[in-house]
Amino acid sequence: MLTLLLQVCFVIVGVALLLNLYAAIRGPSVVDRLLALDTMYINSIALLLLYGIYLGTSLNFEVALLIAMLGFVSTVAVCKFLLRGDIIE
Amino acid sequence: MLSLKNWWPTPVRSLFLFLVWLLLNNSLALIHLFFGLLLAWLIPLLIHKFRLIQPGIKKPGAALSYGVMVLWDIVVANLQVIRLVLGPNKKLRPAFVIVPLDLTDPLAITILASTVSLTPGTVSADVLPLNAQGAEPRLLLLHVLDLADEAALITQVKQRYEAPLKEIF
Amino acid sequence: MSILEWLVALLAVAGSLFVLLGSVALVKLPDFYTRLHGPTKATTLGLGALVLASMAYFNFVKAELSLQQLLIALFLFITAPITAHMLIKAALHLKLAATKQTAGKDKAGL
Repeated sequence: MLTLLLQVCFVIVGVALLLNLYAAIRGPSVVDRLLALDTMYINSIALLLLYGIYLGTSLNFEVALLIAMLGFVSTVAVCKFLLRGDIIE
Repeated sequence: MLSLKNWWPTPVRSLFLFLVWLLLNNSLALIHLFFGLLLAWLIPLLIHKFRLIQPGIKKPGAALSYGVMVLWDIVVANLQVIRLVLGPNKKLRPAFVIVPLDLTDPLAITILASTVSLTPGTVSADVLPLNAQGAEPRLLLLHVLDLADEAALITQVKQRYEAPLKEIF
Repeated sequence: MSILEWLVALLAVAGSLFVLLGSVALVKLPDFYTRLHGPTKATTLGLGALVLASMAYFNFVKAELSLQQLLIALFLFITAPITAHMLIKAALHLKLAATKQTAGKDKAGL
């Protein structure tokens, strides 16, 4: 039963990822696309957490942490580039 | 010169680093305890000269109850956001609102802006000085998803979130 | 299926629904400034619920100590408002148009 419910959760998060992809393609501005990509990062962390429960392994959490850090740093870097035209001042 | 203050500058931060190291390794093995202690001592020692001076927390109890209140408000705010997002777009009343700040410390303003972003249908957009000449940030620009009453929102932010922060720092 | 497993399932489904809600907000709402509300709030809370679910599963159902997930939640709750703040600052800098209903546009310099 738990396995079945977790599979339902996979479908829900998968639909969320597809919606993000649509938002990233639609735009219309750079910042909209950036927001959609950042949400995609967070949703993939959600998928990894669910997959960790599904497989019963805690190995995934380190990967999730790395994705969280990469997502945060890359989003902030692109924002800084948009704000100042330069990342490291 | 060789006082405890020099060799162990920030005890609370060291404890925090130690706990994060143990969580990161997800184990209590001797080697992780040893490396955790070493890093928790060495990292603050090396970087504390570069840190900006930040105010300490005066009332840990108040800080804890503030955290619990914020977590509860995040849940409530999300139930609100569900209703707004699933309702028709035309009924939304988005707005920009300026909240005057009493806080002066950068750390306290950062925490206020973060809580406001996470909690009640608002996102902090910018911190502005009072006028073009002023260097100190005195105004907080917010974007609100559904604004019913501007004055009520400003008093809510000031009383519910800013007043406890003034007590803590 | 024990009560604890039901708790894990409930938290997982609720978390996934919140994550979905964040993405629906991203697609449905009219302009960038309103869209930003979905991912900062709903998605962060959804991930919080998922982290609680996995902690309940590993600590109680499987009975092995695992608190590493807490770091993910801590990191996300600290960084989500900062990301939102940087994004909205970039949007204001680029002077993205807000919807017609938006009140107080002049305050933001739009």
